[in-house]
Amino acid sequence: MRDVAVIGVGMNRWGELWEKSHRDIWTEAALQAIADAGVERVESMYVGCMSGGLFMGQEHLGPLLAEQLGCGPIPGTRVESACASGGLSFRQAYFDVASGAHDIVLATGLEKMTDVDGAAATYALSTAADQEYECYQGITFPGLYAMMARAHMHRYGTTRRQLADVAVKNHQHGSMNPLAQFQGKITAEQVETSVLVADPLRILDCSPITDGAAAVVLAPVEMAKKLTRKPLVRVAASAHATDHMALHDRNDLCWIESTAVAARSAYEQAGIGPAKLSFCEVHDCFTIAEVMVIEALGIAEKGKGGEAASSGRTALGGAIPVNPSGGLKSKGHPVGATGIAQIREAVMQLREECGPRQVGKARYGLTQNMGGTGASSVVHIFERI
Amino acid sequence: MIGTARYWREVPQRYRYEAAQCTKCDKIYFPPRLLCAKCRGREFKKTILPHDGTVETFTVIRVAPSSFTDEAPYAVGIVKLSNGVRLTTQIVDCDPEKLRIGDRVRLEFRRIQQDGESGILCYGYKFVPDTARA
Amino acid sequence: MDVGIVGFGSYVPRHRIKVEEIARIWGADAPAYKKGLMLREKSVPTPDQDTITMSVEASRHALRRAGIDPAKIGAIYIGSESHPYAVKPSGTVVAEAIGATPEIHCADLEFACKAGSEGMFIAMSLVKAQQVEYALGIGADTSQGAPGDALEYSASAGAAAFLFGASKVLAVCEDSYSYMTDTPDFWRREYQFYPRHAGRFTGEPAYFKHVLACGRGLMEKAGATPDDFDWVVFHQPNGKFPMRAAQELGFPKEKVEQGWLCPTLGNTYSGSSPMGLAAILDVAKPGDRILMVSYGSGAGSDGFIWRVTGEITRVQGLAPHTRAQLENDPIYLDYGTYAKFRGKIRKLSA
Repeated sequence: MRDVAVIGVGMNRWGELWEKSHRDIWTEAALQAIADAGVERVESMYVGCMSGGLFMGQEHLGPLLAEQLGCGPIPGTRVESACASGGLSFRQAYFDVASGAHDIVLATGLEKMTDVDGAAATYALSTAADQEYECYQGITFPGLYAMMARAHMHRYGTTRRQLADVAVKNHQHGSMNPLAQFQGKITAEQVETSVLVADPLRILDCSPITDGAAAVVLAPVEMAKKLTRKPLVRVAASAHATDHMALHDRNDLCWIESTAVAARSAYEQAGIGPAKLSFCEVHDCFTIAEVMVIEALGIAEKGKGGEAASSGRTALGGAIPVNPSGGLKSKGHPVGATGIAQIREAVMQLREECGPRQVGKARYGLTQNMGGTGASSVVHIFERI
Repeated sequence: MIGTARYWREVPQRYRYEAAQCTKCDKIYFPPRLLCAKCRGREFKKTILPHDGTVETFTVIRVAPSSFTDEAPYAVGIVKLSNGVRLTTQIVDCDPEKLRIGDRVRLEFRRIQQDGESGILCYGYKFVPDTARA
Repeated sequence: MDVGIVGFGSYVPRHRIKVEEIARIWGADAPAYKKGLMLREKSVPTPDQDTITMSVEASRHALRRAGIDPAKIGAIYIGSESHPYAVKPSGTVVAEAIGATPEIHCADLEFACKAGSEGMFIAMSLVKAQQVEYALGIGADTSQGAPGDALEYSASAGAAAFLFGASKVLAVCEDSYSYMTDTPDFWRREYQFYPRHAGRFTGEPAYFKHVLACGRGLMEKAGATPDDFDWVVFHQPNGKFPMRAAQELGFPKEKVEQGWLCPTLGNTYSGSSPMGLAAILDVAKPGDRILMVSYGSGAGSDGFIWRVTGEITRVQGLAPHTRAQLENDPIYLDYGTYAKFRGKIRKLSA
């Protein structure tokens, strides 16, 4: 397989984009990435989107969006793995280039969530969980993570304040990200007194409903050297693992095994361990998710993930910044786009293009994108070369 | 919102708690499936889940999905049955604030949801505290 | 051939509302209501409980006591005024849940508050006629009382299930008798949410005429007097009526009390006298005789004479007792929550 680089990134300002259709949102980000890559056209396109059908009544997004690019009859593929759709879309694009099938490939993510009402959006998101044995019973998505939080708090003594500190940290980072949905900072007290959604999680523990898209352009490393003058970022690892769909069938309610399995494979491919990472972008759909993910990534000891944000270890300026972009919490979570935006951030950090939220000189960065309550995880490691 | 065939298909599980036990390695699957993930066996025998269990974790849903808005706030938990199988269900007939991990509970037949004012009624299982009343 | 009850069980929901709480909202005189109705509180079903769910639990209790393979049940009749569907039987769901399908007869019954006892009569008669080996007769209701109406204080929820057979009989049916006329004392028209009643007309010409005629008719038919019975149970629309019926028929209070659930349960309509019978069977001794007289508006009464056998002591502890369910760990509601649970609040239509 060929060595693959990311040569262009694009993203629009995320938020409730009433005036923009999904076509426009996506095309903006896609064209930006193509321009950033310094290429004229792409040969193949992937779009990660959790549910065009339920949010927009639109499937068949491959051709719908590919035609916006004016690149002719190129292959357009819609990829889905719930909230990991973006990361998985990148992985498919990576294989497309690594295998030699195509040279310049566009990996994108998109979700337009505000055209349907709150109840319909909640329903669409709930399709990431087991319909017959979880959702039928009355559980909600925040409810599932709330159960994980309670179990984690019970077994390891993780505290309400530690969860709040994750949200505070990520908003702090997001305030330096001009494309983040929420640019304001918040306090732990605000988190802890915000409206209860599913005990113990409150509204400020939860990532928002967002419209947005993100895009990156991939090319073989050898070709990239000739195409761009920007610092080269290569894909050092791509990994994907699944686990039981229903939370109640997992071996350990306090552990995200699919992330651990994918991470192990990724570290092996890249030839490094977590200590070599300069930063990572992880899937903080809920504050507890970040706590559990960094444990599964080996960045924090099992059971001790709660201390990381509170101690400053995972803040910008700390030992291993997590979610310098602001994470899902502050940047927003247009479901299918998140995985690609994480990768955009990783590439920009490695290129030292992040301005006030730059982590400093970085060699390796990791992205972790997760579907449902951890039924699927996609992990990538990027290296500046 | 729930289709009649989809609901009806799960009736043996929802009404009678029918699970499948692998005849080779004894692992129990609920709902039943075609292949045993543990030993790759294809033969199963019918087994009925026990009615009692303990609460492993739970939450109180305050922002409910549209089929459940009138019931909020309600507790949902993951309960481990006495045979090791875990279920996700509502825990009712209790003060959600007083629930604790480790509480003993038992299954009861309840109405789970309904398809609006004119659609079908959907039944299934919930847990109630295993108090002395029984 | 001795035919009778081979398994029995009841189900009482956990939630309650007190007479004072209902009276508080409607500005009524609570002490007067409590005294007049001889009623302190009633059971309230949660939105996830209905005639079907309570019938399933009561039937499971009955099957625990009967110890038979449910596939052998040849018929199931649920009597109720609050079947969850207008068209689609409650009986099919219950039969499916207890594992009695597919070789089984079923039809839902309605006769105001005596649909349960009618189901018991039909089930028993099928066994007697040797058409089926076992048959289930259930009385269950989640009845409604119109807001502010007298019936709101008593309309409650509960279920009792009786499995009939001819072997290992716990209580033999020695005799039965039915007394019925067309009497419009209480009714509900199609598509109406709440029932209506004819006030004081529901007393003498309705309840008392039929209950007393049935009681007397049955005892005459059986050549029995009140002294021949250890227990008696009547339909209980409030606490007062059954006590007065007992007095008029010559039964002392002590024989009524065990089955007299209404003061704290309310009127469970089709479940009323069946649940009272279950409460008696929970504690009855071998050889005891029980007189049961139900009542359903419209109107009629079914009477039964049960003779408890030596089989009863073996099974009483195998399922929850009726009075234990009634008395242990109740959860009290305020009127707002009660109204929400009972669907009395008008909402934005779906």
